Amino acid sequence: MINFSYTIWILIIPIFMFLLLGLLGMKFKPIISGVLGTIGLGVVMLLSYYAAYQYFFQLPRIDDAYQQILAHNITWLNLSASLQIKMGVFIDPISVMMLVVVSTVSFMVHLYSIGYMKGEKGFQRFFAFLSLFTFSMLGLVVATNIFQMYIFWELVGVSSFLLIGFYYERPSAVAASKKAFIVTRFADLGFLVGILLLSYYTKSFDFLNITGPVGIEVTRNLTQTFLGMSVATWALLLIFMGGAGKSAMFPLHIWLPDAMEGPTPVSALIHAATMVVAGVYLVARLFPLYAFAAPDALTVIAYVGGFTSLFAAVIACTQFDIKRVLAFSTLSQIGYMMLALGVSGYGGEKGLGYMASMFHLFTHAMFKALLFLGAGSIIHAVHSNYMNEMGGLRKYLPITHLTFLIACLTIAGLFPLSGFWSKDEILVAAYEHNKLLFVVEYLVAGLTAFYMFRLYFRVFWNKEPHYHHKPHESPLVMTIPLMFLAVASIFTGFLPFSQMVTSDRLPFESETNLMIAIPSVAIGLVGIFIAFLLYKKDNVLVGKIVTGLGGIYTTIYNKFYIDEVYMFVTKKIIFNLISRPVAWFDRHVVDGFMNGIAGVTVLASRKIKGAQSGQLQHYAFFFVLGAIAFALIFIYLWQ
Amino acid sequence: MTAYKIMFYLFAAMIIVFSILTVTSRRILRAAVFLLFVLISTAGLYFWLDYQFMAGVQLALYAGGIVVLIIFSILLTSHIDQKFSQPHWSKRIMAATAALSGMGLCLLLFLQHTFIHGTNPPIKNDMTAIGTQLLSTEHNGFALPFEVISILLLAAMIAAIIIAKKGK
Amino acid sequence: MERYGIPLEGFLVISTAMFFIGIYGFLVRKNLITMLMSIELILNSVNINFVAFNSYLFPENMQGNFFALIVVAIAAAEASVAIALIINIYRRFSNIEVENIDEMKY
Repeated sequence: MINFSYTIWILIIPIFMFLLLGLLGMKFKPIISGVLGTIGLGVVMLLSYYAAYQYFFQLPRIDDAYQQILAHNITWLNLSASLQIKMGVFIDPISVMMLVVVSTVSFMVHLYSIGYMKGEKGFQRFFAFLSLFTFSMLGLVVATNIFQMYIFWELVGVSSFLLIGFYYERPSAVAASKKAFIVTRFADLGFLVGILLLSYYTKSFDFLNITGPVGIEVTRNLTQTFLGMSVATWALLLIFMGGAGKSAMFPLHIWLPDAMEGPTPVSALIHAATMVVAGVYLVARLFPLYAFAAPDALTVIAYVGGFTSLFAAVIACTQFDIKRVLAFSTLSQIGYMMLALGVSGYGGEKGLGYMASMFHLFTHAMFKALLFLGAGSIIHAVHSNYMNEMGGLRKYLPITHLTFLIACLTIAGLFPLSGFWSKDEILVAAYEHNKLLFVVEYLVAGLTAFYMFRLYFRVFWNKEPHYHHKPHESPLVMTIPLMFLAVASIFTGFLPFSQMVTSDRLPFESETNLMIAIPSVAIGLVGIFIAFLLYKKDNVLVGKIVTGLGGIYTTIYNKFYIDEVYMFVTKKIIFNLISRPVAWFDRHVVDGFMNGIAGVTVLASRKIKGAQSGQLQHYAFFFVLGAIAFALIFIYLWQ
Repeated sequence: MTAYKIMFYLFAAMIIVFSILTVTSRRILRAAVFLLFVLISTAGLYFWLDYQFMAGVQLALYAGGIVVLIIFSILLTSHIDQKFSQPHWSKRIMAATAALSGMGLCLLLFLQHTFIHGTNPPIKNDMTAIGTQLLSTEHNGFALPFEVISILLLAAMIAAIIIAKKGK
Repeated sequence: MERYGIPLEGFLVISTAMFFIGIYGFLVRKNLITMLMSIELILNSVNINFVAFNSYLFPENMQGNFFALIVVAIAAAEASVAIALIINIYRRFSNIEVENIDEMKY
């Protein structure tokens, strides 16, 4: 029997690093704290790899299925005999896969940040927060029960808040961090209600119980309904709401583009590769429940995912801030993953969508982290986020250029890069389940190729603007992660995911469907070609198309005015129609009543105060009168 | 009308007249002298009652000590020939009302009350008896109050010095 | 019972009159020293009561006598402290009018 108890160190090291760097960081030289954090994460990464190796290759399977192992499970809060909250480490295919993803990307980002953040104020603080984030994310991934997951879920939200607001002197960063926190907190409200509903009926928080046969049976047979939907569907939809908030699904996506105010490595780690896929991971974690108890909820997930992916891809075509383009691309790709989960069934071949979603999560983490780190390298070189101020950079940044090209080809889904394989699986799953969504995703694949290569050509080719300083290639600490991730982007597609990460933990054979693969590569090539025509050199056609589209273009450029809609709803409707009257009531009626009491007291005391004249003889006079009065009372009335 | 009765009425008249003069006189030094007369008359009453020691203490401590102290402080703080202004009439009426009503109540009370007089023969309260009982620790001995009073006097003396000391 | 034709009530009337004259003085006088004199009157009237009660009601005891002695001692102590205070007040305000001393009213 293989012992996985060492996996606890995967959690202990980052939290220790957080405490060390957070408490004593200012005592170290900046570079030392950076190196310390990176070494800690390197150890975590190696441990994760070792755990993955042991789990997938050494651990004997039971009935051909991968085991679910509770490496640790201690009672954290013992509230009553039936209500206990536990903490532990849960090992199963998706948690091991996520361990690898999170630790790898986190390590790369740590290494990269040593170069990228060099000389920044708060260098130690940055690494402390990175460690905190990594700890929270790893804790979320290995959660043994839904309550532990919720706790770490909130910790992830906090560290995201801290890192988005890292440049806290910039008002826009502060606003963005607040927005991210409030929007995700709002979504987490749904998550919490969902947890309580689910656990109330299943009488357990543990994933093993909830998603096991007993939990499924209980959830399936729930007869209570609310507004025409069964309680199980409600609970799972509310949980999905939490996931949608973290994963920035429409309409809770508004925080993610603004979150790009954080330092670029943070965007790569949190807002591309790890935290934003937490929602996908959550749905995957509870997938048996969704599949058996609430297929309606899965349909909702599929449509939300599909819509988000199209919506975000369209917006990405019009943005000029390269990080925002990448942010919308992230939205679009997460939409893909959600859609894949939504169209999946449970078990074997039917679970293709589940497998594809996890596969895409894995490959996307690699190539999106690469894209963001590449963008960081570009920004580092030209000190701007806007592609209008870039161009012809391929001469100055050869390594960045090459790795960025690989990432772009990967996300465009070209054979044989990893994006091709995972996206192909998703398209197959969608094709088998829902033709409409398949068409949408097919279109999105083309759009993705177009907007990524628009970015690529604008930045690396096109006309060279006047640079104040000659752009220079980033130092080795920054390019090594780029090269590593580029290699990962190329080769992770060959991992036999269907043999390792499946819905029922049983391996199955997946085949590449040529009828789908060839057109998807073709539409990718078409997208690339159009981008080549329009953006390789300055093309007058671009302006003509923009003016031709007119209002449509402005609408898209302004992100369909969703932010404005939110502002309208919150400010005009909620503030003016609800909050103002309530505030008025509070200020004038509730406070008025209280102030009235206080005012009467003050008035009365001001009147009574006059009696306190300070004249000794007045006091003596009243004293004598009082004494006489008491004598009279006690002698004649008391008897 | 015996001489005793005449003496009593004389002292009583002196006490009441000089008391009123003490609180109404508009020259402070005169008020002090009237107070002295009141205290001496009171000592006379004690003699009348055959309490010689008490009368002696009254003369020595009140008339000799406290009045001298008061006159001394008057000289320190006031102009001798200054005449007080008459207190405001409303103040006088209010004070008189309070005093007269209180006096009426008290007189009413004890004139209606029947006192039970002691029938035992009076003991000899000369200096020897008082001194013995004052320092006795037996039953009816007053050693403890005596000591407490000495400590109180000491404390008052120290306090007076500290308070009246100039500056720091 | 009377003594030489004078009943106990005679002493009580004298002391009551003296007591309330003292109170009247305390209430109307403005000068602190004259107020102190009024207090002396009050104390003195109480002493007369003690001695008279002792003499008429409990001739076999001396408690009233001792109480009167103690009151005299306390009166002495009180007068000394009061005069110290008055002198201090005089230093601060340059007069000893009681109406001026009202700073600590609130």
